[in-house]
Amino acid sequence: MSDIAIKIDGLTYFYPADEGTAPVDVLRGLTLELESGSFTAVLGHNGSGKSTLARHLNALLLPKGGSVYVFGMDTRMEELVLEIRRRVGMVFQNPDNQIVSNVVEEDVAFAPENLGVPSPEIRERVDEALKMVGMYEFRNHAPHLLSGGQRQRIAIAGVLAMRPKCVVFDEPTAMLDPRGREEVMGIIYKLRREYGSTVILITHHMEEAARADRVIVMDSGLVAMDGSPREVFSNVEELSALGLDVPEETRLLYELRREGLNVPLCALDARECAGALAKYFKKTGDIPSGSRTERNADGK
Amino acid sequence: MNCSALRGGAAVLKDITLGQYFPGDTVIHRLDPRTKILVLIVYITALFFAETPVTYALMALCLAAAIWISRIKLSVMVRGLKPLVLVIVLTSILNILYTKGEPLFSFWIITVTREGVMNAVKISVRIIMLVMGTFMLTYTTSPIMLTYGLELLMGPLKKLKVPVHELAMMMSMALRLIPTLIEETDKIISAQKARGAEFDTGNLFEKARAMLPILVPLFISAFRRADELATAMEARCYHGGENRTRLNVLKLRLRDGMALGLSAAVLGGVIVLVNMGI
Repeated sequence: MSDIAIKIDGLTYFYPADEGTAPVDVLRGLTLELESGSFTAVLGHNGSGKSTLARHLNALLLPKGGSVYVFGMDTRMEELVLEIRRRVGMVFQNPDNQIVSNVVEEDVAFAPENLGVPSPEIRERVDEALKMVGMYEFRNHAPHLLSGGQRQRIAIAGVLAMRPKCVVFDEPTAMLDPRGREEVMGIIYKLRREYGSTVILITHHMEEAARADRVIVMDSGLVAMDGSPREVFSNVEELSALGLDVPEETRLLYELRREGLNVPLCALDARECAGALAKYFKKTGDIPSGSRTERNADGK
Repeated sequence: MNCSALRGGAAVLKDITLGQYFPGDTVIHRLDPRTKILVLIVYITALFFAETPVTYALMALCLAAAIWISRIKLSVMVRGLKPLVLVIVLTSILNILYTKGEPLFSFWIITVTREGVMNAVKISVRIIMLVMGTFMLTYTTSPIMLTYGLELLMGPLKKLKVPVHELAMMMSMALRLIPTLIEETDKIISAQKARGAEFDTGNLFEKARAMLPILVPLFISAFRRADELATAMEARCYHGGENRTRLNVLKLRLRDGMALGLSAAVLGGVIVLVNMGI
């Protein structure tokens, strides 16, 4: 478990500039290590470099300075590119722009086909991946007739068919409705729990990051904060300064504390928040409306 | 009024069934794509040999049988023909006007001849049957299988340095993106209409100009999509046709031989019948 999956050392990157303008540094000497089997969420406002970082993890982009090692392989070694991409799968934002076929199972088969996997094993992998994301019954459907959440699940299956050790999700829920978001997040947690995959989730949604083991906050090409969700979300002011929100529950407790109530600062979900409040009111004997607090605990 | 116009626009786009595939499990669906492509070529050849009513009837019978076996709904077939109405009407009119022969009736400077009408009917039937036959191929064959079949059929051209795999992949991506781009066009039309754009008024020139606010965003988004799709394909280890394997390996079976034999027989029959003048 303590193996290093990804080791980034002093990574710098800039996009080639248009004529007459200086290139803009997107990553500026970023150093990071990710443990094998861990679930890391990467937060950051637009332009903080988080998607650029993601694209370095499977050699879609190559470092302009510094180095990226994926399972011990240097991404700059051209002959290792396929091996690296096979190990590190990547799921993008828009499912429509990832799906290559008009038939679900043919799409899922795309990656193993590229890898030259023998046909019977492709069938095995496709079925396994589709079952994993709960889309096996839809294997002969046309993706464009399915819902956004279902399409994204197919895109995930397409990546899982490579049997990667690590999956990078680049804002996989940004284009989905709340239901689709639930479906996709369910699969991400399952991937981590049942398959022990290393998961890197790039996201805008604090509630999604709250369930990771480790949260990395990026700002202008560098790691600004790094720690457990509890540690990171406790720094409400610092997060706000970086243009990020905290989960609503944490925000509530933070505001209450500012009003002088002695409540714990960090709660990652509604239940924990309600529990903390109930405990506080019980302790002070000042129960404004206990039943409502209880209901809060079940709601949301 | 706007609302109905909106729905009208969407309906027209839904009529585009090009490149659509209707999954199924009939004999025709299961035929090897190579067989289907070859049978289609034979069918088209036969269609151009067919001259007489009997031979046309024979071809129609074959087509009807194929449609019936494949369980593709006739309404779907007819819907796919809609965009062709203009082409058919135009060729018919030209044929009626410009074929010389025994005059049926004259009106002003227009003389309609017997041969002209016959020609118009023949050519209309030929176009309709041609298109329906082609639909049978795309409706019953998934794009990936279709391009796989083409890739294999064109395989020998690789020796001439023709980039067969790349061509096949391009075609497969084009087919894949048709439904997505149709959906996109629909959205853009709705968005422009919501901002007060009018697409149904004015003369032909004004209507064409009104298409501009649809085409520009559509092109921009198509390029962006292509870029993202290429990145996603690379992320899934795509590196050209080398060492690629397939989920479903194509194998010619007895049914393929029978289908090819049958279509060759029909072609032969049509040629013989036409030469006998039947």
